[in-house]
Amino acid sequence: MSFALISIFFVSVFAAFFQDSTAETGAAVLEGTRDALRFAIDLASALCLWSAVGELLERGGAAATLSRLLRPFLRRLFPMGAQDAEVLAALSENLGANMLGLGNAATPAGVRAARGLRRLGARWELNTLVVLNTASVQLLPTTVASIRASLGSAAPFDITPAVWIVSALALAAGLSAVRVLNGGRS
Amino acid sequence: MIAPLAVPLLVLGAMLLAALRGADVYEAMTEGAKKGLQLTWSILPSLLVIFPALRLLRAAGLPELLGQVLRPLFTLLGVPEETGILMLLRPLSGSGALAAATELMQRHGPDSLIGRTAAVMLGSSETSFYVIAVYFSAAGVKHGGRALPAALFADLVCFLSAAWICRLLWG
Repeated sequence: MSFALISIFFVSVFAAFFQDSTAETGAAVLEGTRDALRFAIDLASALCLWSAVGELLERGGAAATLSRLLRPFLRRLFPMGAQDAEVLAALSENLGANMLGLGNAATPAGVRAARGLRRLGARWELNTLVVLNTASVQLLPTTVASIRASLGSAAPFDITPAVWIVSALALAAGLSAVRVLNGGRS
Repeated sequence: MIAPLAVPLLVLGAMLLAALRGADVYEAMTEGAKKGLQLTWSILPSLLVIFPALRLLRAAGLPELLGQVLRPLFTLLGVPEETGILMLLRPLSGSGALAAATELMQRHGPDSLIGRTAAVMLGSSETSFYVIAVYFSAAGVKHGGRALPAALFADLVCFLSAAWICRLLWG
């Protein structure tokens, strides 16, 4: 990251000098920081609203209900881990929280699930857990919609179906890749 | 028309759900708002560093130069070349990718094809390297050897299908 930043500044200054665009380039840096700060204020308003809704859903038991509904799916995905009630609970809590966009709740549950899988010796299923978490399956993409709303989008959530399809394709690709890399063992 | 009321209705539904469970709705919402502020606060430093860097690159005319070189490859894959930097950052840095995607949405408009493609790419993926590091170190396993190629393959499928689906729906 640091190297990339230094390269960006170095190359930009160099290029601006030769392309005779020094005035615009000189102003760009301060404009960038000012823009970042202004955008953050707009973003905070939307993010706070959705975090408040997320908190209500969590306390209202929506995450717990969703977790229960996900268990049959998880039994198929984690044949070894799901045999342990504690691990299955952690797995379903992790996926349920992810689907509701509750990142704060998803990570601790995922960590518990990872420890449990290790305890059971289900090394292969650890890969499945990671892919399940990197594919970012979400019912409502609230963070992205917050960004779009703060930039003046007409309908910030209209990308939701596209996000579902793309997440599902990425998840299917990741799970297939895990299967191939695990030598056919799921 | 009920569609414009979707947001207040969703909030109302969540409130009733929590109230039925005996939760303190006001306290829950202020707690949630606090988490939203904390999230913004944690993203802000990256925005403050990455926005000016991307502005600088653009003012110096480099994306055009780089775009010309990479255009054949991106055209072949059907991916807007502007999203190159976002795809590069996505698995490495969550807030970095968020800043890059935001910059694209701001420059091209959140409802433009490029803006939507950036939004779908960002919303359908995660910071793969970070997730792998967290879960493998939690499990006490040294290297996430097999998970990494699988996660990066999933990211690639995510980026390509995001570009194709957005072009199909809004192109």
